Amino acid sequence: MSPELGRFALALACVFALAQAILPIWGARRRDRRLMAIAPGLAIGQLIALLASFLCLVNAAVTNDFSVSNILENSSVTKPLLYKISGVWGNHEGSVLLWTLILGLCGAAVAAFGRNLPSALRARVIGVLGGVAAGFELFCLITSDPFDRVWPAPLDGQGMNPLLQDPGLAFHPPILYTGYVGFAVPFAFAIAALMEGRVDAAWGRWVRPWAVAAWAFLTCGIALGSWWSYYVLGWGGYWFWDPVENASLIPWLSGTALMHSAIVVEKREALKIWTVLLAIGTFSFSLSGTFLVRSGILNSVHAFAQDPARGIFILALLGVVIGGSLALFAWRAPSLTTGGLFAPVSREGSLVLNNILLCSICAVVLTGTMYPPFMSLLFGKTISVGKPFFDAATIPLAIPLFIFMGFGPMLPWKRAQLWPVMKRLWVAALATLAAFAVTMIGLSGLLPILCATLAVWVITSSLTDLAGRLGLFRVSLGQSFQRAKSLPRSAFGAGLAHIGVGVSVLGLAVMSQAQHKIVEVHVGQSEQLAGYEWTLTGVRNVPGPNYTAMEATIEIRHDGHLVTVMHPSKRSFNTQNQTTTEVSIHTNGLADLYGVIGDKHGPDDNPTYVLRLHYNPLAPWMWFGALIMAMGGALSLSDRRMRVGAPRRAVASDVVAAE
Amino acid sequence: MNSEEVSPGDDRKSVTRRRLLLGVPMVGAGVCGVAFWKMLSGMQAGSFNPHDINAPVTGRPVPDFTLPDQPPGTGFAAADLKALTAPVLVNFFASWCIPCIAEMEALLALQKHLPIWGIAYKDKIENATGLLKHAGNPYSRIGSDRNGRVAIDWGVSGVPESFLIAPGGLIVWHSAAGLDNSEVRDGLNAALKAVGGR
Repeated sequence: MSPELGRFALALACVFALAQAILPIWGARRRDRRLMAIAPGLAIGQLIALLASFLCLVNAAVTNDFSVSNILENSSVTKPLLYKISGVWGNHEGSVLLWTLILGLCGAAVAAFGRNLPSALRARVIGVLGGVAAGFELFCLITSDPFDRVWPAPLDGQGMNPLLQDPGLAFHPPILYTGYVGFAVPFAFAIAALMEGRVDAAWGRWVRPWAVAAWAFLTCGIALGSWWSYYVLGWGGYWFWDPVENASLIPWLSGTALMHSAIVVEKREALKIWTVLLAIGTFSFSLSGTFLVRSGILNSVHAFAQDPARGIFILALLGVVIGGSLALFAWRAPSLTTGGLFAPVSREGSLVLNNILLCSICAVVLTGTMYPPFMSLLFGKTISVGKPFFDAATIPLAIPLFIFMGFGPMLPWKRAQLWPVMKRLWVAALATLAAFAVTMIGLSGLLPILCATLAVWVITSSLTDLAGRLGLFRVSLGQSFQRAKSLPRSAFGAGLAHIGVGVSVLGLAVMSQAQHKIVEVHVGQSEQLAGYEWTLTGVRNVPGPNYTAMEATIEIRHDGHLVTVMHPSKRSFNTQNQTTTEVSIHTNGLADLYGVIGDKHGPDDNPTYVLRLHYNPLAPWMWFGALIMAMGGALSLSDRRMRVGAPRRAVASDVVAAE
Repeated sequence: MNSEEVSPGDDRKSVTRRRLLLGVPMVGAGVCGVAFWKMLSGMQAGSFNPHDINAPVTGRPVPDFTLPDQPPGTGFAAADLKALTAPVLVNFFASWCIPCIAEMEALLALQKHLPIWGIAYKDKIENATGLLKHAGNPYSRIGSDRNGRVAIDWGVSGVPESFLIAPGGLIVWHSAAGLDNSEVRDGLNAALKAVGGR
């Protein structure tokens, strides 16, 4: 398993990918069944080669092969095994390889699960995925070779950024990338549909599970990243509107819109062109986000090795992928037939509204993120766009979104009346009013009150919708159980995901009331925060595997009862001459007590320590809600209808054309 | 499937119109692509640097401004800085800025030997006051830049940012990073020595 073998496997994967990009699509065009039939084999071959290549890099990292410059720069002998493995994707070269591996995985997944797709469509989808993969494999081989060697090989590596040595961050990139790259599949479906000149209900049904799967991974990835910044950076914050965070939020927003508009394509054959554009747009945003961060155009705290030369290659790649697909869109989409009509007040209408609002938020985030470099380019001014802009611009758009989330899912298709739906929601409306009263007392600030109230509205109305479908409180429990068994899981999934949104928003709204305090205390001194008494009872030095730590002991009491003892620490890493703070968090599910130890001041015999103490109400709910959303997605994916039966096109030109 | 009955001529015209409309995303992406290419080539040539936020003000006198009070401190103007006989650090901060809060400990330690004048950037008066009550107040004087206009003249790109002002009102050093970073503190100390501070 030498690095050269890894590079060879990568080159082999690239050859597979090129063949995958050319032969099946050519075959689909010439209606050559044999050429179309080799697509799955090529996709699986590519995956095997990529897997071999990736394992070679992991092997080099685990066996401390410091002759590989990538390992040398990011690893060291003393680094724990988990981080030797996760360090493989903790740097530019390795993360591109992981990116490509996941893309290969997507291609192979379409090959494996897409058996009931029409052969021409499947060949084209796999072909498009192969084309994108070939581009990234070339990028990897030409400008960011992870297997580059150095000579003479040093005895020890330079070590990894201690901030990244964290279990949360070890799994964050693979999950996030699966989300990013997963949107390549809807993208490939969109391009294949444009090549065929045909989008119909079956297409909507095939695209939807891929979009849902990618969305669920992206949701988890974003939540994990935010959680990491919450407990590792030690600032008590969870979202900083940093360009890298925005780069993941933008495709999440457009992907959420895509997931919803694909429903309209499936059920009503409307919004077809829009859905195709969203599929292209979402993947384009994923790609551009990666590019902007790696090329160094966006100013971010997430420092990847930035190299403009590398940027030019990615830009060219983006030009081919995004420019090419949008050109194909402009050329072919106008000939797509328009579908079913619907009244403004209807399920379709509410989904259109959902799309408009989500895309507006997406546009706002995009503008805020891209404004600084564009201003700098056009007017030579350096400015930054921060939290005040994003908060002020996104929350007013999110509020109507939450309102309509409540009754949108209950509206019938085609033409609906609001009044009967409103009547069914009276319980939810009462609960919302009660929540409004409670939040008026408990929270300060108009926006937190509104958001918390609407979160309760989203949760209760989603529950009402599910209860209504099950006939709870109207029919017997046994009958409800029967209904539950026959109700499609995607309905449960959607309800669950909406509840997850509500839970997250409630967490975000209440978290805005967080309290914190920075104090300088002697050992034995106490501080009051949020009704708790925080006492620093001791500080000691603790040696770690590749660092030494200064660990504080803080006892927290409430009404005289000991709530918890926390041990925040500050680690000094010898290899990098860097320190990290290890936050200590005690949670009871409703609030986090969050302690950080800072600098030591004063004489050694009677020193003072700087402590930062936070009280974060409902903080865990923010990530818990995201988990519920992802679980909703997973539940919806387990729906039988997503897999069997329906994915069969109405017998039409396809079969005839293939003859 | 098509819901409208149209004659072939109309159909062709509407397809052309739709084609123009649906070409908009491509044109938009093209414009962005060209702009990114210009940024990248500018970065390679050294004429465009999105990370370089040090350039604008160092080596120049402080810009003209007058700031109202930000309790618990009193506001100040350019003339106050120009009338100084010892170096002063001007620090832009905000209560909504997490890195600023993280920086406070370092500022509290620093103010023992270097006076720090604060400017609350795009912050409500009561929020900034609340922050200083909780986190401690390292500032000798504090002005409120409620709408961020003064920050533009100083070339502030984001908070926290600090400027070292030499006697006479010359900006001699600048950091766009927090002073809780020891390298930044080393830079400040070197600059401070150069202008005769302690």
